[in-house]
Amino acid sequence: MFKQLSDNKAEMLTIELDAESVTVPAGISVAAAMLYLDAAATRQTPVSGSPRAAFCMMGVCFECLMEIDGSPNRRACQVVVTAGMRVRRQLGARDNGQAS
Amino acid sequence: MSNDFDTIIVGGGLVGAALACGIAAKSWPVFARGLRETTGIDIGLQQNGGYDFCLTADEWDARSEEMRLVRRHTRGEFEYEMLDNADLRARIPQVSPEVLGASYSRHDGHVNPLLLLHALHRRMQALGCRYYPNRRVAAISHEPGVFSVSAGGDRLRAARVVLSAGLDNQRLAHELGMHVPVAPLRGQLLITERVENFLPCATLQLRQTREGSLQIGDSHEDVGLDESTTLEVITRLAARAVRIFPQLSGLRLQRAWAALRVMTPDGIPIYHASEQCPGAFAVSCHSGVTLAPLHAGAVADWISGDQPHPLIAEFSAQRFDISNT
Amino acid sequence: MKADYPLLVIGAGPAGMAAAQTAAEYGVEVAVIDQQAQPGGQIYRNVDSSLLNDPSILGKDYTFGKPLVQAFRRAGLDYHAATSVWYLDKNRRLGILKQGENYQLSARKIVIATGAQERPMPVPGWQLPGVMTAGAGQILLKSAALVPRDGVVLAGNGPLMLLVAWQYLQAGVRLRALLDTTPRGTLFKALRHLPKALGASDYLWRGLRLMASIRHAGVPAYKAVSDLRAIGDGCLQAVSFNAAGKSQRIETELLLLHQGIFPALHITQAAGCDIRWNEAQQCWRPALDAWGESSRAGIFVAGDGAGIVGARAASLDGQLAGLQLAHQLGRITAVERDRLAQPIRKAADRHRSIRPFLDACYPVADALLAPPDDTLVCRCEEIDAADVRAVVRLGCVGPNQAKAFLRCGMGPCQGRFCGSTVEQIFAHERGVSVSDVGRFSVRPPLQPITLGQLAGIQDLTED
Repeated sequence: MFKQLSDNKAEMLTIELDAESVTVPAGISVAAAMLYLDAAATRQTPVSGSPRAAFCMMGVCFECLMEIDGSPNRRACQVVVTAGMRVRRQLGARDNGQAS
Repeated sequence: MSNDFDTIIVGGGLVGAALACGIAAKSWPVFARGLRETTGIDIGLQQNGGYDFCLTADEWDARSEEMRLVRRHTRGEFEYEMLDNADLRARIPQVSPEVLGASYSRHDGHVNPLLLLHALHRRMQALGCRYYPNRRVAAISHEPGVFSVSAGGDRLRAARVVLSAGLDNQRLAHELGMHVPVAPLRGQLLITERVENFLPCATLQLRQTREGSLQIGDSHEDVGLDESTTLEVITRLAARAVRIFPQLSGLRLQRAWAALRVMTPDGIPIYHASEQCPGAFAVSCHSGVTLAPLHAGAVADWISGDQPHPLIAEFSAQRFDISNT
Repeated sequence: MKADYPLLVIGAGPAGMAAAQTAAEYGVEVAVIDQQAQPGGQIYRNVDSSLLNDPSILGKDYTFGKPLVQAFRRAGLDYHAATSVWYLDKNRRLGILKQGENYQLSARKIVIATGAQERPMPVPGWQLPGVMTAGAGQILLKSAALVPRDGVVLAGNGPLMLLVAWQYLQAGVRLRALLDTTPRGTLFKALRHLPKALGASDYLWRGLRLMASIRHAGVPAYKAVSDLRAIGDGCLQAVSFNAAGKSQRIETELLLLHQGIFPALHITQAAGCDIRWNEAQQCWRPALDAWGESSRAGIFVAGDGAGIVGARAASLDGQLAGLQLAHQLGRITAVERDRLAQPIRKAADRHRSIRPFLDACYPVADALLAPPDDTLVCRCEEIDAADVRAVVRLGCVGPNQAKAFLRCGMGPCQGRFCGSTVEQIFAHERGVSVSDVGRFSVRPPLQPITLGQLAGIQDLTED
């Protein structure tokens, strides 16, 4: 849904999205990376299962919750991508606290 | 050995069936079903028993003694078990080996208090009750046969008046010649984010709502009318929860909040009828959730029937009158 | 982190940076805590660390912040980036989360400079992936050099929406349409504020230039748009709306919504500061004295968090708070403070003089404050406007009881994206002002914290 402006100085790195390797610009947030990947929806709500994606990008709306490096319900807009990061979409409520 | 039923009725004729209806209607499941059928709101009743965890030997001893007392007072009707760590973990494997044990009682359960309040409001209005929100009662006066309640510019008259105004009951009761001593007792509570089914049943320290959030609490603090949360208490609540269930450590806190319980001096409800102003009643307790079916049943019968009720009489506020003792 | 700070500034946007630097300049020991990884706030986000080779496409108001951010970095303050305040109470006790560690401390004086958030713009379908806020679009541009791949529809009103439209044009983005929801007849009503606004005519000229270049670019623009809907199955596919009496539909995979910003008050309310309803800006603001001190002695609020003033005035307000704090902490006399404050106050007043005109130019349509029944109000708990109206009719005593009855506002965002809508629905249904309706109470945590982090709290005050 979003693309890089050609006039940029970002380097690229590889992360894992739902166990698949993908390449995204370094220095951007996980939520931004999802939009860059055309993978907008970050989760399905625990209430009705409706799909949601990043909305405010500034940590206010809590729509972009994802499991990042094993820790569920993190605001993807507040976490910067790092090489090898494991990112997963969330379906429904998180598991019972097995997280790190 | 635990009982199979609360009551056994012998005989299924008109008498037995009528009794069965009346007795069953007083139970939580029937109360909850009635609310669901009439308001469409499922209050999330789970009645599969409850645990109270003991982390130290002192807590274990105190809990055992308390359970023994309750059983004696109910002539054995109250059932409980004391479980050591191995028994406990056989039933709830997530419990930490550090927990000494727990008491278990099959009578315990859980409802969602917010949904219960919502359902009761819908029901009372469907039954034709008029509700006047946002009105503080300034004064209540009494002449024989009629009470006048002044609230927010209105003056409403009725033959009977029931005070169930929480901490304000003391002030209002005084106007009608009743002494209803109540005091605030602060409780703090933690609510976590939703998780997949974690706890099969309620515990005193922790319960899971149907929506999936865990409720952790509660504290008892005598701090007057201060409704604020404190870092110390919410830290302690979180630490205790993580000691009992270490895997909750990664779970996020959604909300911490504090509220004031309405406490009577002995912690037991007050159901009081005014002698000075017949037709005036005061109801004060801190367990409006647990006692909701009772309030909708026996207590309502007592108030609307104007009949002295031998059991309810024991809950009169007269027990606090110094001249009585 | 330390156990006790003479002055703690929360937020490193224009107001927070200025307050901290001013107080420090007069010898006050200051610590600054900021949620973002870089100073500058939302307005100057990444201004000296941009992924763009040419950040000037974002405009002069953005690049203006670069020397401010650089000066802040050079000032060598006790600055904690990527650090959040999860707890604050009326006794100025704080819970701070930094790199996953939880610290408990206190501060003698606090400046809350946590800025603003976008006003929720609830329309049917706004929860669909593909619908975002205009501010979100701008953040993606500033912090990630990302722009819409296949065009965008912008809907709503307000200076930020126009700015984003202009910035997108600079970046070569295709604007499929600009849907202006400002009600008809607004400009006429705003004209009476124009004489005062002329005192800050540079803002007017900048605004006019912005609008002219958007018009010049030939962007399809619709006025007095109503009945806006986001349509799609699983993600946004189109928007529909009504303009000039005609139903319209535009296919798009991206819709950015915006209808102004309002003060972010969670921390301010947690601190127990009195707040008041402001009818002109349709928002709650803290009650403050001329230096920005709140009803809680020792707790100041500066910048957009005190009422929407814009970045330039925010910075000057921060300086005023800094002077008063330097005075209260015994570093300068009252006479010195007043002498130093005089030119700052004058400049702040000039920047502020544009606001009544701007507020009047961009009123929010009633239907977007209290949306139609089938609109989701609480995105977290999935409560729609019909549900909220039903509990108002049931006699719900206010937003907090609605929260209890519906779980509305109880989700992860803690009411930040439904509170204002719930208040407005109450006010509209009852025919009273929002000030009579009240507001959700704020509960900790102010930022996410795990039970483990909470249990392992480091109480520095007990060292």
